[in-house]
Amino acid sequence: MLLVCALLFAGFLVFAHRPAIAEVSTPPRTAFAAAEIERGAALSRIGNCTSCHTAAGGRPFAGGVPIATQFGTLHGTNITPDPATGIGRWSQAAFVRAMREGVARDGSHLYPAFPYDHFSSITDADLRALYAFLMTRTPVRAEAPANRLIPPLGFRPLLAGWKLLFFRPASFAPDPQRDALWNRGAYLGEGIAHCGGCHSPRGALGDEKRDRAYAGGWAEGWYSPPLNADSPAVRAWTADRLYTYLRTGLSSTHAAAAGPMGEVARNLAQVPEADVRAIATYYASHMADARASRHEPALADRKPAAIKAQPEGAALFAGACAACHEPGAPMIVAGRPPLPLGTQFHETTPRDMIQTILHGVSPPVGAQGPYMPAFRGTLTDAQVAKIAAYLQARYGSVRWSDLDKEVAKARKEGEQ
Amino acid sequence: MTDLIVNGRTHHVEADPSTPLLYVLRDDLGLVAAKFGCGLGQCGACTVLVDDQPVFSCLTPIAALPGREVTTVEGLGTEKNPGAVQKAFEIEQAAQCGYCIPGMMARAEGLLRRTNTPSEAEMRAAMSPSLCRCGTHIRILRAVRRAAAMRGGGVTDPAEPVA
Repeated sequence: MLLVCALLFAGFLVFAHRPAIAEVSTPPRTAFAAAEIERGAALSRIGNCTSCHTAAGGRPFAGGVPIATQFGTLHGTNITPDPATGIGRWSQAAFVRAMREGVARDGSHLYPAFPYDHFSSITDADLRALYAFLMTRTPVRAEAPANRLIPPLGFRPLLAGWKLLFFRPASFAPDPQRDALWNRGAYLGEGIAHCGGCHSPRGALGDEKRDRAYAGGWAEGWYSPPLNADSPAVRAWTADRLYTYLRTGLSSTHAAAAGPMGEVARNLAQVPEADVRAIATYYASHMADARASRHEPALADRKPAAIKAQPEGAALFAGACAACHEPGAPMIVAGRPPLPLGTQFHETTPRDMIQTILHGVSPPVGAQGPYMPAFRGTLTDAQVAKIAAYLQARYGSVRWSDLDKEVAKARKEGEQ
Repeated sequence: MTDLIVNGRTHHVEADPSTPLLYVLRDDLGLVAAKFGCGLGQCGACTVLVDDQPVFSCLTPIAALPGREVTTVEGLGTEKNPGAVQKAFEIEQAAQCGYCIPGMMARAEGLLRRTNTPSEAEMRAAMSPSLCRCGTHIRILRAVRRAAAMRGGGVTDPAEPVA
């Protein structure tokens, strides 16, 4: 029996083995065309690489970002061309293999937090542009902290088993029924932008549920709402509105980009306009059958009833929120979306509303963008729950329960 | 009636529970260090500490405060016996018009209560929500570095040494 196990294990190791790809010396800047580097810069922004590979206050692409998962904490790696701690000795072939197959230059398997299941559909030319861009960044010597995972998940050959179960390399084939802009959006959205990484649900082993694509998912303690017919928005997501949201971080008919979406908008503000139009066109078509696309409802404001039902929440709201959020407040006059439009009030979970209260909104794009102060130091969990109950009574269209527990959970997961 | 603990003393306040703390501090308790700037939580002139955390008192209803400890700059020391943060701000002459300074001091105090050995980046991040229209940030940062040293610590990687 022991022998059988040993043989099976040895067989698995053989199966899991991937060869190293020989080291090269870092290619000089002159090895790449300027236009290629520029294209790679745009792709890296569309791919939001910095959200995992640039630490807060850290050097660009030098890694070290902690990524909390249900299996423990991973750290984004250093993808600057530093020879010792980055990818300076990676050939283009090694880079392409990592992006498409999730295997590092030395042959070790990469954790699927790195979305190679999306990146596998990126074209050769775009991968070369990304390689050109990354290999011409300033090298930074920085070792990412060790991952802290539940044993035995630190043993990387196991990832070959995960890949066997869940990894289906993606490929992109244009839909001849659709126009070029839509197809461009599909290519970018499904591939480098990997929107499904946050907006699709995941299984128990972190596998993205492709059969429930865009049914809503989770990111850094925030809920990423559905981008399909189940979109909870109360105003239609047209391609134009979505373009403005992605480009500026604010939709005057929906909300500001908050939480992890803020950085997405910050990046998309700096890429060619046509790429953002394409992505907006593609996802607007996913939401063409959502309820708001059929009918934009009148917005409820049940203020007197809400004050009666939730007097404590009403008093806290009046002192902490009303200066900006009541009708007629300077912010509303300046064109910010009125509160009842906020998609957060219509999502199946109160998570995003709670996170917005706790963490506020940093201007996603430029210093003049939408801003809200964070209330996590000002209000206790019980007080946030009372405000949430008041807002639900005043504007909500979904029944939420256990708001106290929800606030505690949101606070814990949002601070990991 | 709301009971407010401010600088270690309990006050019985008659104001409506939705009243922002700032108005109660200034109008009812005579503690006028914290200032009204924007009323929107954007400028930081109204910053005070609640349970050692900096908050915008213009957006903090007193209903949120029962059982929690409010500290204003008046609670950090007196003119004769200034606290480390107050003394450091004076030595570095960090004030120009002075309007933002009580908020800046509250923020510095909050940081140094959490750690007296912050990194330069940590210190800047902690101070950044408060704005100074006169542009004395360089002196304000010097004052915070000095206050950290006076409290037995110091910024671990200071952009300039404490002179």
